[in-house]
Amino acid sequence: MPKKAERETERPPDAASPGKKARRKSVLWREIPEPKGAHAARVEEGGDGGFEPRIVAFACNWCSYPAADAAGISKLQYPPNARIIRVMCAGRIHPGFVLRALELGADGVLVSGCHFEDCHYLFGARRAAEQFEKTAEIVRMLGIGPERVRYEQISAAEAPKFAKVMHEFVEDVKKLGPSPLAGATGELEVPEAVSEETT
Amino acid sequence: MAAAEEGVDLREEMADALKKSRALLCYECGKCTGICPVARFDRSFSPRSLLVKAVRGEDAALVDDVNVWSCLTCKLCDARCPAAIDYGLLTKTVRAFVHHEGGEGTCTHGGAVQALMRIMTTKELEQDRLSWVDDSIDVSKTGDTIYFVGCAPYFDVVFSETGAKTLDSAKGAIRLLNAAGVKPMLLPNERCCGHDLLWNGDVENFRMLARENLRMIEESGASRVVVSCPEGYATMKVDYPRVFGDLGFEVVHLTELLAEAIDGGSLTFAGNGETTVTFQDPCRLGRHMGIYDAPRAILSAMPGVTLVDMPHSRERAICCGVGGWMNCTSFSKMIQAARLREAKATGASTLVTACPKCEIHLKCALNDQTLKDEVQLEIADLWALAASRLG
Repeated sequence: MPKKAERETERPPDAASPGKKARRKSVLWREIPEPKGAHAARVEEGGDGGFEPRIVAFACNWCSYPAADAAGISKLQYPPNARIIRVMCAGRIHPGFVLRALELGADGVLVSGCHFEDCHYLFGARRAAEQFEKTAEIVRMLGIGPERVRYEQISAAEAPKFAKVMHEFVEDVKKLGPSPLAGATGELEVPEAVSEETT
Repeated sequence: MAAAEEGVDLREEMADALKKSRALLCYECGKCTGICPVARFDRSFSPRSLLVKAVRGEDAALVDDVNVWSCLTCKLCDARCPAAIDYGLLTKTVRAFVHHEGGEGTCTHGGAVQALMRIMTTKELEQDRLSWVDDSIDVSKTGDTIYFVGCAPYFDVVFSETGAKTLDSAKGAIRLLNAAGVKPMLLPNERCCGHDLLWNGDVENFRMLARENLRMIEESGASRVVVSCPEGYATMKVDYPRVFGDLGFEVVHLTELLAEAIDGGSLTFAGNGETTVTFQDPCRLGRHMGIYDAPRAILSAMPGVTLVDMPHSRERAICCGVGGWMNCTSFSKMIQAARLREAKATGASTLVTACPKCEIHLKCALNDQTLKDEVQLEIADLWALAASRLG
């Protein structure tokens, strides 16, 4: 059976499906570029040394995202494996987001929010912790390695902590190897152009 | 359903469904809309207008119509239709078609459940889903009976904030099986039955899940699969054979097995205080599968339990408000509130449900404190309740 994207292109563009609406593609996911070299490493199946995990990091607008910013400004080095997604509050990140990321091929997902007492919305950080508890339990049950998801509290002033967490998390996920779910539903495809660029 | 198979024209599939569901015989009396629990609150929704669109072949209109996904697929219209149209079949096919054309419903809970189901299509998955099995229940490694747990372990986590304890339900079901002299096997790597994906129009992933389940059941060598979830039961009993032909094992719903055991005298309950209950017929168990008496027989076999039926019960039962984890809206809440008020009006103190989703949805409705104060109802799962009253 052809992958979804192929099927779409195969179908005649007009007459056969007059009701065809432009399919809401998961643009965000399809077009995320790989970190330099990571895709090539994946393709060659680097195994021990070469595997570069794809990490999705949800970062709170009020703490962890500025921390990542500060880490950059301070020129702290950390692995480039994470695509950081800024959210207004980590409390919004319920299991659905994390599962979707894993489903689409993320090897690890980091949820990073405020310390309980610092939360911009007062109760958001607690909500984030509650939601993550559920996420972690689901991931444990799925048997893909509980270390693939991680929850952290990183305030805006903790740039070094952000870099440290990134180092640790990428190392942990590297040890686990590629997620067995990667491309489970055949949706995550790295666009041609990007793969050429990186090779 | 061959919708996802290569080379199969979904339009042919639609034409076939229009014939099989007798949709062409519709004489537009509108009784389906009159009785529809969604249309009662949502004036923009009408099963009849959906049917008319399908009959006229207005594909573009169908793909764009949000109402394709608002249907609860509870089949109340089927029961009422004077032309005996099978709306269930029609909706299922229309959704498969619309899904293929790029239309999507709004998945509730951020699509967490659907993502979970699609993740489970992964062949190499090694789940750790049986950590809840403890000494209170007796399961075996071999045997001829499998208890299909379904999504209970996951629902228990995802919907913890509603207060629904779906694992208590699964545990209760196994304790009841034990009491009836059955020591079931559990599949350590069982997948979701695929019910929700099928009804969401995602036939492709449904088939992958079904295939995995069938493979594991075949490998286990069991000749009977007992299911307590009405949706799992309906899917395995009706949709699996429809897609894959003869399954080579028997699918039994727990109510049937227990009702037989009660009749035979091998299963008895003990008194545990007087209580009045009313029963919510799950649409999958009732109208889809025609099982109305078995759950009532179990309730009546418990000493001290008085069953009072609601005016809308059995084939007239009202759905719990959401189907296939899609399009949960304020109308769903209205349906649930109306249902809870109806349950309260019977004078019962407990509303018994036999489907994990009914339990989750109705308990979720009770998160509304005003409604909770008003109806003051307990919501209990049939299996958990029955297991707590084992003699």
